[in-house]
Amino acid sequence: SYLISFSFQQRIEIHKLRQGDNLILGFSIGGGIDQDPTQNPFSEDKTDKGIYVTRVTVGGPAEVAGLQVGDKIMQVNGWDMTMVTHDQARKRLTKRNEEVVRLLVTRQSLQKAVQQSMMS
Amino acid sequence: MSAAMDTESTYSGYSHYSGHSKKAHRQGRDRHKSPRSKDGSRSEKSVTIQTPPAEPLLGNDASRAEEGQDDNWGETTTAITGTSEHSISQEDIARISKDLEDSVGLDCKRYLGLTVAAVLGLLVFLTPIAFILLPQILWRDDLEPCGTVCEGLFISVAFKLLILLIGTWALFFRQPKADLPRVFVFRALLLVLIFLFVFSYWLFYGVRILDSKDTNYQGIVQYAVSLVDALLFIHYLAIVLLELRQLQPTFTVKVVRSTDGESRYYSLGHLSIQRAALVVLENYYRDFTVYNPALLTASKSRAAKHMAGLKVYNVDGPGNNASGQSRAMIAAAARRRDSSHNELYYEEADHERRVRKRRARLVVAVEEAFTHIKRLQAEEQQKAPGEMMDPREAAQAIFPSMARALQKYLRTTRQQQYHSMESILQHLAFCITNNMTPKAFLERYLNPGPTLQYDRDRWFSKQWTLVSEEAVTSGLQDGVVFVLKCLDFSLVVNVKKIPFIKLSEEFIDPKSHKFVLRLQSETSV
Repeated sequence: SYLISFSFQQRIEIHKLRQGDNLILGFSIGGGIDQDPTQNPFSEDKTDKGIYVTRVTVGGPAEVAGLQVGDKIMQVNGWDMTMVTHDQARKRLTKRNEEVVRLLVTRQSLQKAVQQSMMS
Repeated sequence: MSAAMDTESTYSGYSHYSGHSKKAHRQGRDRHKSPRSKDGSRSEKSVTIQTPPAEPLLGNDASRAEEGQDDNWGETTTAITGTSEHSISQEDIARISKDLEDSVGLDCKRYLGLTVAAVLGLLVFLTPIAFILLPQILWRDDLEPCGTVCEGLFISVAFKLLILLIGTWALFFRQPKADLPRVFVFRALLLVLIFLFVFSYWLFYGVRILDSKDTNYQGIVQYAVSLVDALLFIHYLAIVLLELRQLQPTFTVKVVRSTDGESRYYSLGHLSIQRAALVVLENYYRDFTVYNPALLTASKSRAAKHMAGLKVYNVDGPGNNASGQSRAMIAAAARRRDSSHNELYYEEADHERRVRKRRARLVVAVEEAFTHIKRLQAEEQQKAPGEMMDPREAAQAIFPSMARALQKYLRTTRQQQYHSMESILQHLAFCITNNMTPKAFLERYLNPGPTLQYDRDRWFSKQWTLVSEEAVTSGLQDGVVFVLKCLDFSLVVNVKKIPFIKLSEEFIDPKSHKFVLRLQSETSV
């Protein structure tokens, strides 16, 4: 048997949680075109300068919506996130007048493919 | 207090190790108290300074021995130029009469050269004027009238001659600072060139203009102008050959003094050997510390002990086996247990300690003396404002308090001959006049300075001889060695060429210096 890795896209809708004066999403991002891509632990291609999810707070709105650590955020509310700086990404996610953010994320997945053996 | 006195008198046994005593034997470490130091310790207030007597005896002996060596050395050198022979005979003359100015031969040569150059210069200067004036004098009536162009040329000739005069004065009319054995090749060449040049112009003028009584005056004036132009170009050539060519450094010259190994390096351009020797000597008086024969007695006595240590007895009978003897001596010397290195080590450590102690005493004494002066000056200011104390009186007032410490220090460092009491007083008055600190006053005495600092009588080096295997008018080459000898020591000069430097360039992209500091930040949203 051997492992197959593939990526698939997922749409995730997160409803922001109000905490005092802020609206929080409950996860942390890393990456950006102004960051060092070689230090990204989640990317498969070490030149990938996209935005990745580095942490998800337990019980937060992101976890509830199904976001996982290691997801690469491709779009936020229709805005492209593959070629943005770290700060631009943060700004796009934390707009004060938005309560809901719709993310398009890419996730790597490893699946075991079990070879059908003729001999059992 | 007494303990300090004791130690002082103990070590004073070594201070007798001065040049005064020819037999400077050191029999171990004698601890006998010398009477001189006792007197010194008792009478602290009254100080008698004896100006140390000059040492013609020791100096003569040493130089006589060297002269014997020199004569042999001169004969065995293979290629001796005329210079060195001439110079060695001069050395003998100098030994008898200490006045080189008496020798007539050299003066004649120098003045002959000067007069020839002066006469030629005058002739050259007057030639254009003569060219212009002679037609006016001789056949005035036949000449064409001088138009505006011609008169303009007069002005040009006048100014060019003036410029030539100023240039020649600036370049050539200088006090000769040295007497060199051979003539300057370039100067002689230039004089010959000028002579030939002017001669050919006169020849042409005489034949074509004077004989035929040319009436074209403008042409004659233009001819004179062309002469002056050509003279200006020769002047330019003289500047380049005599002044500019040797400015660019091409050789590095190492100068080593033969007696104590002190060495310096100088950079020179393309010079003849005699001119290079002149440069070296000019720098010698400024850079090298003064030659002190008293400092060499230690190594001489050590050498004498080495020689006297072994006596050879010929057991096999009368046979003049000189080489066998020397071989036996060398073998025996190698085998015996020689402890002279031990002696040298302890002696040097001892001497170092003694010098430092005396120096500390001296510095303290001088500082106290100078504060005393300041106090006196302040008092004088308060009593009668505007009335300054005469520095000479002040110097004489404080001199006794530091004289003893100073003299002891000079004795220990063997410099006592170079400073007489009068010179010390003068220097002290000078320092007081110029408001110098004690350290500035002492700078002159703590370390031996360059030869120029001292009185001419103590120089030991006034007459120099250039000894060289190659002709002294030939240029410097890589590997040339020549020696500048004076009566007591010599300077060995070694010439090396500055290496040809191959410099290549490397282009560095400016972008390679730009670093993008990329962080890996994590933001929580």
